[in-house]
Amino acid sequence: MSGKISIRQLRVRFPGQPRAAVDGIDLDISAGQMHALVGESGSGKSLTALSILRLLPPSAHVSADNITLDDKDISRWSEAQMRQLRGGRIGMIFQEPLSALNPLHKVEKQICESILVHQHLSASDARKRCLELLEKVQLPNPEEMLARYPHQLSGGQRQRVMIAMALANNPSLLIADEPTTALDVTVQENILDLLKHLQREMNLAILFITHDLGIVARYAEVVSVMSEGKVVEQGETAAVLEHPQHSYTQHLINSAPGGEAPPMESAAPTLLHTKDLTVSFVQRHGWLGRKSAFTAVDGVSLNVPAGQTLGIVGESGSGKSTLAMAVLRLVQSQGEISLNDTRLDKLVGNNVRPYRAKMQVVFQDPWGTLNPRMTVGQIIGEGLEVHRKDLSADERTQKVIAVLTEVGLDANARHRYPHEFSGGQRQRVAIARAVILEPQLLILDEPTSALDRSVQHQVLELLANLQKRHGLSYIFISHDLRVVRSLSHYLLVMHDGKVVEQGPTETVFKTPQQPYTQRLIHAAFDETVKSQQA
Amino acid sequence: MTFSNPVTQRQWNAFRGNKRGYWSLWLFSILFVLSLSAEFVSNDKPLLMSYQDELYYPIFVSYPETQFGGMFETEATYRDPYVRELIEADGWMLWPIIPYSYNTINYELDVPAPAPPSADNWLGTDDQGRDVLARIIYGFRLSVLFGLLLTIASSVIGIFVGAIQGYYGGWIDLGGQRFLEIWSSMPILFLIIILTSFVSPNFWWLLGIMLLFSWMSLVDLVRAEFLRCRNFDYVRAARALGVSPPLIMFRHMLPNAMVATLTFMPFILNSGIVTLTSLDFLGFGLPPGSPSLGELLGQGKANLQAPWLGISAFFSLATLLTLLIFIGEAVRDAFDPRKYLS
Repeated sequence: MSGKISIRQLRVRFPGQPRAAVDGIDLDISAGQMHALVGESGSGKSLTALSILRLLPPSAHVSADNITLDDKDISRWSEAQMRQLRGGRIGMIFQEPLSALNPLHKVEKQICESILVHQHLSASDARKRCLELLEKVQLPNPEEMLARYPHQLSGGQRQRVMIAMALANNPSLLIADEPTTALDVTVQENILDLLKHLQREMNLAILFITHDLGIVARYAEVVSVMSEGKVVEQGETAAVLEHPQHSYTQHLINSAPGGEAPPMESAAPTLLHTKDLTVSFVQRHGWLGRKSAFTAVDGVSLNVPAGQTLGIVGESGSGKSTLAMAVLRLVQSQGEISLNDTRLDKLVGNNVRPYRAKMQVVFQDPWGTLNPRMTVGQIIGEGLEVHRKDLSADERTQKVIAVLTEVGLDANARHRYPHEFSGGQRQRVAIARAVILEPQLLILDEPTSALDRSVQHQVLELLANLQKRHGLSYIFISHDLRVVRSLSHYLLVMHDGKVVEQGPTETVFKTPQQPYTQRLIHAAFDETVKSQQA
Repeated sequence: MTFSNPVTQRQWNAFRGNKRGYWSLWLFSILFVLSLSAEFVSNDKPLLMSYQDELYYPIFVSYPETQFGGMFETEATYRDPYVRELIEADGWMLWPIIPYSYNTINYELDVPAPAPPSADNWLGTDDQGRDVLARIIYGFRLSVLFGLLLTIASSVIGIFVGAIQGYYGGWIDLGGQRFLEIWSSMPILFLIIILTSFVSPNFWWLLGIMLLFSWMSLVDLVRAEFLRCRNFDYVRAARALGVSPPLIMFRHMLPNAMVATLTFMPFILNSGIVTLTSLDFLGFGLPPGSPSLGELLGQGKANLQAPWLGISAFFSLATLLTLLIFIGEAVRDAFDPRKYLS
């Protein structure tokens, strides 16, 4: 039961697609080793992992010379044998723990289910095993945890429960599909440390799928770089990352965000200013029940200098996005908001509309941000219809073409629909929709978080260029400190709706004052290598 | 058919892919178009006639009997053997395939009414000597038109109310929901029966009364869809652009809700037709003498010795409802993203 798995010439093809999604890859994972599979979205990483367990949709054509687990070829096993394997010898952890856990079952039931399917244990033994597992994944108060539902756990705790489930039957191989992508940086580090610890303790083989080269460098012993369904480079992590041979690997490494924002003169006038901005949501319990207020943003005062960038960082739930919505007057808030000395918070109803052209927003999800039923031209031109009624249809088209060229898209793109574009291109369309109104302030709410590294890099470059050319001010919201650092002049750290620390970006990064900021920065920039060479 | 929007195109292709639904749509359209031109298919007036080398169009123009040498100033009854002789003596008449209208009484029956199917009355006559086939054709038209009007009107109201509730949420939504709950708990059929006893019901009265209750079926769907769309990024982006609420609802949110709505429409149409038929069957529906499938069913029940009444009404009603259900299923599948995206 050493748990050595090797894959030869795995191919996955979907009907109606010209190119194979996974195109003849070879992988070897040995016990006690973390093998990282890196690549951008659509490179076939997850398909590879799922085809080991034969969990692909039925429309996929999978073929392989062989897939061996301990020298037994599992690629020709029956469905019943595969079921024994899944959750038994091979465990799997998914990216989004909330959707991978059944919301109606308590933690105990989630874990015990898998134990009872694979092992003949009595209910009380299963419960004992359950507790053991929860201790193993370092959850505090395991007894109490057993009785909780998934929604009562934090993201990190849920992922620990997922890991406990995957470990329930002493697997020899653990497949982790982006297990930390949905988590905050500080939590991410704890989970990765735990996985590493378990790998050593249980002599596990781990297939670790990620797009984050930083994680690979610190945790994985072996790395395979995938691009367009092929493994382009494979080898020991340190060797591959330090001396990448293939151009694609080099490209991936070079596009990691980094650097600092270009310097600006500090005496810029203030464009946007808020004082004691507070957003709270009233929750009422029943018709006549008591009311309770949840304060999402708590007395935030900030200044955005003209032509410069204010970066806002914080973990999920810290109120960053709500703050942005409040500034845009899309949620109710208390406190002062002034743009160019106009008190926006005093305006009501249609009086806000003229100011909307001066503040625009770009959202995170490139798939949700464009109406799938409108052409790109209609999407970008919509703002002009509202704010520039003086323009004729022809002049409007001219402006749309000009802005498309500016964000690096073809003028003919205006006739096409959003689904024909990639994530990066859609984000460019969203930026075009925002800048066509020539705003003074652009709020960027995690604009690059859903994009692949190399695309992220291009979008950040575009943003920096637009700022330089038009003197735009940005509020840049992100949880990724490296990205924020590369663009922001000022930094504001939020935690639980409050501002923890603010100041010029480099000052905050070099000499963080607050323990919370220190923790964040440590988690993001820590480069200690925790893998051991096998 | 080609559409500029690729999403619509894919949905249309998916609809065509469902053979049963596609052919049902064709068959239904042919039947509906035929029934729309019922006056040309089944009528007690000639389509075209010539008298003393002049052409006459009795379907469009009402000619007095005196014009053809008769004695009454009223409109000529062309089926009358006397009038027929007068005209055919000096001209000819081109009759529709079925020379009876829905209210034409066949006085030339050899047997007491209801008469069984014969070469003259293909599906027999009802107990007042009227041609069953003619009544089915006109009844089909009336039922479908009633159903369509009811569907369109209740969709417009339902979408409007659902959109307002979903977009604004809060108290408007709460109030609306409570009202809907009360309104929908009323015993609809009884209320309609009571209401129709106050007024003498005609087509429009019935439509209005049924509309009072049928608009609710779409509200929940549209409201849920709007509540979901409210937080879409592209809706928020449109709000940030300063687009006005009516335009946001119409342009960005309604297309999403239309999927659920269109899916539901054939079924609303069906239930509208069924309600009208059951009212007619019970005798609380359209005024006496109107062509109606429900009334024919009622006659079938009253005249069990004349099975062609019940069987004809049953088959035409079953065909109509089945075709609509097949179309509805195909539409539902076509709008299911899991189907048209794969």
